Amino acid sequence: MATDTQLDLWEVFIQPKSGNRYAHAGSIHASDKKMAIQNARDIYTRRGEGTSIWVVPSNCIIASDPNDEDMLFEPSNDKVYRHPTFYEMPEGAKNI
Amino acid sequence: MEEHDNKFQSRIDAGEFVEPKDSMPDAYRNHLIRQMSQHAHSEVIGMQPEGNWISRAPSLRAKQILLAKIQDEGGHGLYLYSAAETLGISRSEMIDQLQKGKAKYSNIFNYPALTWADIGAIGWLVDGAAIVNQISLQRTSYGPYSRAMLRICKEESFHQRQGYEIMAKMMKGTKEQQEMAQDAMNRWWWPALMMFGPHDSDSPHSSDAFRWKIKREGNDELRQKFIDKTVQQSEVIGLTIPDKELKWNEQKNIYDHGEINWDEFNQVIRGNGPCNKQRMEHHIKYHEEGAWVREAAEAFKNKKAKKENLINA
Repeated sequence: MATDTQLDLWEVFIQPKSGNRYAHAGSIHASDKKMAIQNARDIYTRRGEGTSIWVVPSNCIIASDPNDEDMLFEPSNDKVYRHPTFYEMPEGAKNI
Repeated sequence: MEEHDNKFQSRIDAGEFVEPKDSMPDAYRNHLIRQMSQHAHSEVIGMQPEGNWISRAPSLRAKQILLAKIQDEGGHGLYLYSAAETLGISRSEMIDQLQKGKAKYSNIFNYPALTWADIGAIGWLVDGAAIVNQISLQRTSYGPYSRAMLRICKEESFHQRQGYEIMAKMMKGTKEQQEMAQDAMNRWWWPALMMFGPHDSDSPHSSDAFRWKIKREGNDELRQKFIDKTVQQSEVIGLTIPDKELKWNEQKNIYDHGEINWDEFNQVIRGNGPCNKQRMEHHIKYHEEGAWVREAAEAFKNKKAKKENLINA
């Protein structure tokens, strides 16, 4: 017997303009790739919001645990020498 | 447990957004599921009164606009269902709760759209009231809900303007058309004010919603905003607001208005509005009649997966 489901969950990423990065727009339900692209188009680009769409099955996305925020991102705070403003430039030097 | 809740509250107080995988108190999660699914159901059920007029729109232009607007409402429902799903409830569960009457939708959609002027009044007043509420929700503390609201608000302003245009056009038309517009105004004004919900003093879920910054402005405050901006719009096109007590209050810089008929509000919530039964029957009927489409899509997916497995083996 066939089962009535609400189909699989996909995440939608849209490139707003040629050359721009793809940004997460939201999610949709679809049973396969083709339907996923069609549904993403109908739901998230009714007003020319994009030039191109990516759809990704939601269960393929691996996300970091918000509780690991400190462990993952804290170390970059004490490496200020990664920023250009850390360095002292000689008085009068130009275009650097 | 208490420590966890305190930590959560201090994040909220610091103005942080909450994201799906963050830890949150169960009560916060449940409050959002209730509010967001109700919001999604409202968008979807809201397609019905307007859908009733697609085949009878007075011109091709009007028909195209109405179709686009109704498609937007369906889209808004889908943004909100997706956002609610991030809290761990499935789409099927939400639909089931709606169909069994456990989840509500906005009372306003239990009123019928009797004439073409009602399509004007719905866009102008009902969507207008929804916009006031939704602008405030753009800053709600749950990230996915806030993002859905930003997108929805961008789209809603077309809805309100197309409705106002219909009303303005009818007010420039024949005497019958003017009467039809005023009649729609008379029937939709009070239900539109009820959309903001009970007075804050009588609102059962308000205090948690404020503490968690799910809600940032009170029902009465939002209702007042809507009244203050709508009065001028109705004067411009010559419509009368059906409230004898409506009067500019110079001291407070707002319009004073008459009391809302809360008996009517409660009657409609309890299921005794003019269209409650019809709306739900329609939803269930088309949900069930569409089952074969979902089943076929699943069967097609499984068939293709089998084929790919054979090739890869």
